[in-house]
Amino acid sequence: MTTRAIAGKIVEVNEEGFLTDASQWTKEIAVELAKEEGIDLLTDGHWKVIDFARTSAGNGGASPTLRAITSGSGVSTKELFSLFPKGPAKKVAKIAGLGKPEGCV
Amino acid sequence: MSEEPRKIAFICSKGTLDMAYPALIMGWAALGNGLDVTLFFTFWGMDLINTHRVDRLELAPVANTSMKMSMMGVKTGNLGIPNIMGVLPGMTAFATKLMRDKISDLDVPPVREFMQMLADAGAKMYACKMSVDMMDLKKEDFIDGVQDIVTAAEFIDMTDGAQIIFI
Repeated sequence: MTTRAIAGKIVEVNEEGFLTDASQWTKEIAVELAKEEGIDLLTDGHWKVIDFARTSAGNGGASPTLRAITSGSGVSTKELFSLFPKGPAKKVAKIAGLGKPEGCV
Repeated sequence: MSEEPRKIAFICSKGTLDMAYPALIMGWAALGNGLDVTLFFTFWGMDLINTHRVDRLELAPVANTSMKMSMMGVKTGNLGIPNIMGVLPGMTAFATKLMRDKISDLDVPPVREFMQMLADAGAKMYACKMSVDMMDLKKEDFIDGVQDIVTAAEFIDMTDGAQIIFI
């Protein structure tokens, strides 16, 4: 476990760069993390997914599975993969300051 | 971020309900993690892409040594479903319904919907040329996600550098 400075805050991250304490997350941090993941601008569509993930994250702070996101947020599979290309499962979790999803589907 | 993504390819050769899911679940997980995913359907695996068959995949209890009575909610430990019972009319339909319900309880979609999810997520799907000829199928018989009918050699070429998993 290490700490890093991002968007003017010091946060704890694991070896893969995921925030380990979801309560340290801010929207400004999400913007910076998104840039690091190759997403230059977070649109309303991105925020819909991020907000849904934050709201439905369990007590352990794990991000919902992709299937849970598409069936719960109204964002289709196609949209989800175009908003967060090349690996939405990890990208949504990381940008939303959550842990990786704990389910398979 | 600019390097080539890891590539993974699944050869789906089985058409039973239980053997349809491994490639779908692994493929979905791979897409979620940003991998380049290819699915190749051959022999009985053609049922997964055949629009007349995909909703009718079944699971037979006969000679299935892993299927125990306890799966039906009868607490009998390791007692299997006797093969003599498995041959009775309706037993395959019953076992299939049981498995479908268990899958659905986990919020895992039915095969047709799952295939659409994979296609929407960018998986490339191909039908085996020899199986197409053998089973007298046409491109119109396939679900939307199937991009083409290809030969074994073409599949080998298009999966250069991929990890290949045979199911």
